[in-house]
Amino acid sequence: MTDRNDRLERLLGPTGPDIGCEECFERLDEYVELELQGRDAEARIPGMRAHLDGCPACREEHESLHALLS
Amino acid sequence: MTVTSPVPVERNWVDSLRADGIERDDALADLHDLLLRAARFEIGRRRAALSHVRGEELEDLAVQAADDAMVAVLAKLDSYRGASRFTTWAYKFALLEAGVRVRRRAWQAREVVLEPESWPSFEDEGASVERGHEAAELLGALQSAVREALTPHQREVFTALALNEVPIDVLSERMGTTRGALYKTLHDARRKLRAELTATGHMEEK
Repeated sequence: MTDRNDRLERLLGPTGPDIGCEECFERLDEYVELELQGRDAEARIPGMRAHLDGCPACREEHESLHALLS
Repeated sequence: MTVTSPVPVERNWVDSLRADGIERDDALADLHDLLLRAARFEIGRRRAALSHVRGEELEDLAVQAADDAMVAVLAKLDSYRGASRFTTWAYKFALLEAGVRVRRRAWQAREVVLEPESWPSFEDEGASVERGHEAAELLGALQSAVREALTPHQREVFTALALNEVPIDVLSERMGTTRGALYKTLHDARRKLRAELTATGHMEEK
């Protein structure tokens, strides 16, 4: 059942609060620096993780900023 | 493409960019170097999507992305609040501009289809006949929910982004809208589909 559920969940995206693309971009720098400092970035910016899970373009930018600073 | 060394981050960028004369000119030149470095980095990471594109064109894309990022950074300078280092804040503009260009260039000659090109299979390999029936039923329920629960615009956006995997920046360009507006439509469509599939017993409530 898990594979099937995973496929459906991926299609339907995350549940719960999602900050959207504009706020994601606005706070991406802060979020990535918190992550790199080993701090709880999601607690500081709730809804960012759900957005990154649901939006491939914002996810790519998050991964790239992370990689650029690492 | 060559990647230059990072520009030192210790300087007071905001003051230098607001200064006059040589101090500002130097800061602008350094800022452009920094943005170009980030744009080249992003295009290098996404190079697989542009394997058919020549090196000079990739460099052009990087320079255009850095130029537009520079305009955006200067326009938004007043909104920089110091929540991160200035260089981190500036980098994201270049990564955005470069990423958007890569996605749009990769799809330049491709048609954006707003009708489902394929539906996901919910069948598990080697599953029993009974499980195969369940998978077919789930697919039917999803297709019915897409057809009946969504508005025509939500259906097109969900189909393009979630089913056909069109990059959101490509769709926003073709539809004349923004990434944020499209994502909001996708989010609303997904919520409706989830509610419909939960109501018909195909998903558990979360």
